[in-house]
Amino acid sequence: MDNKFDILIIGAGPAGISAALTARNRGKSVGVIANPPETSKLYLAESVTNYPGISGSGKDILLAMRSQLEQSGAEIISGRALSVMPIGKTVGVAVGNDFYEASAVIIAAGISRNPICSGETQFVGRGVSYCATCDGMLYRGKTVAVIGDSAEAEHDKSFLRGIGCEVIEFSGKEKFDIKGGMKADTLVADGREYKTDCIFILKDTLAPGSLVSGIDSERGIIKTDSSGKTNIKGIFAAGDCTGAPYQIAKAVGEGNVAALAACEYINNIEKEI
Amino acid sequence: MSVMHLTKDNFDSITSSGLVLVDFWATWCGPCRMQAPILEEFDKQMEGRVKVCKLDVDDNPAIAQRFGVMSIPTLIAFKDGKQISKEVGVTSCEELMLMFG
Repeated sequence: MDNKFDILIIGAGPAGISAALTARNRGKSVGVIANPPETSKLYLAESVTNYPGISGSGKDILLAMRSQLEQSGAEIISGRALSVMPIGKTVGVAVGNDFYEASAVIIAAGISRNPICSGETQFVGRGVSYCATCDGMLYRGKTVAVIGDSAEAEHDKSFLRGIGCEVIEFSGKEKFDIKGGMKADTLVADGREYKTDCIFILKDTLAPGSLVSGIDSERGIIKTDSSGKTNIKGIFAAGDCTGAPYQIAKAVGEGNVAALAACEYINNIEKEI
Repeated sequence: MSVMHLTKDNFDSITSSGLVLVDFWATWCGPCRMQAPILEEFDKQMEGRVKVCKLDVDDNPAIAQRFGVMSIPTLIAFKDGKQISKEVGVTSCEELMLMFG
């Protein structure tokens, strides 16, 4: 598989799919990093009645959009984006154990849950990790806590067990606190203390600040101009991650606008060369 | 200059003098693979003023432990053998420069 694209889109909800379709129409090569549809907020919506031309359950609408995406010629990359960073003239995106590169990246990852507790942000990289396949090997044979119950999290738990970790599981609905000194060493869940060598917090979507170092955001909402540009060259954002209203129509519109801006950006850098 | 691969045998002698950047990484880590081209770019821009090195934490767990590496990539800047700064996670070329003041 080729690891280089004109445009990489993070997220395959309405904003990401709309951006992918537009970019494909403009002749760009497109990769879309996608979680399973069941993890989308839209998938759970019972009925959608304010989107022109199509009505039904959120699940039906999302699956129809996904099948259109599959036929568009965009490459669908299953997995969770972990890190986005400009590398010279391109932008790099790490997905699980893989690394992709594109001239422009559109973040359409939806909104992430807030930190599970105050200790999360404080201890990231010091006994708290967002990526079991990245950091797991550093904790071979040790005791780890895994917070999260998605399909991806199940996969990561069996990976950790496979390398000899003792895994303590949490669904994520518990009330948490993380304690420690130089590093996190204790997870408190619903008042009970667990000694851990590492706490893996596996979310479907990372907060913008964790995903893209230096991105301008406030309370998990990415700041963009009206064309979807963020403060970082070559990185655009669309959909719920840019803030309310959390509506399909707004997401689809922003996906379209951001894709056009990304296409223009790419055409301009090609002219420079 | 090019990026130098360190092992437990040469780690101390290489880092003991001058400015040295060490990228603690492993082959199975996606973000580490993203760090690699950034490291090369940084090496090019430094024109030899900073020794740019990589250490595979899988092959050298004792050194990773000595520097408290708990998440990778971790980047540590050394001056004459002393740790002067540390960054966890993929770090841009500009941020790498800031690590050396």
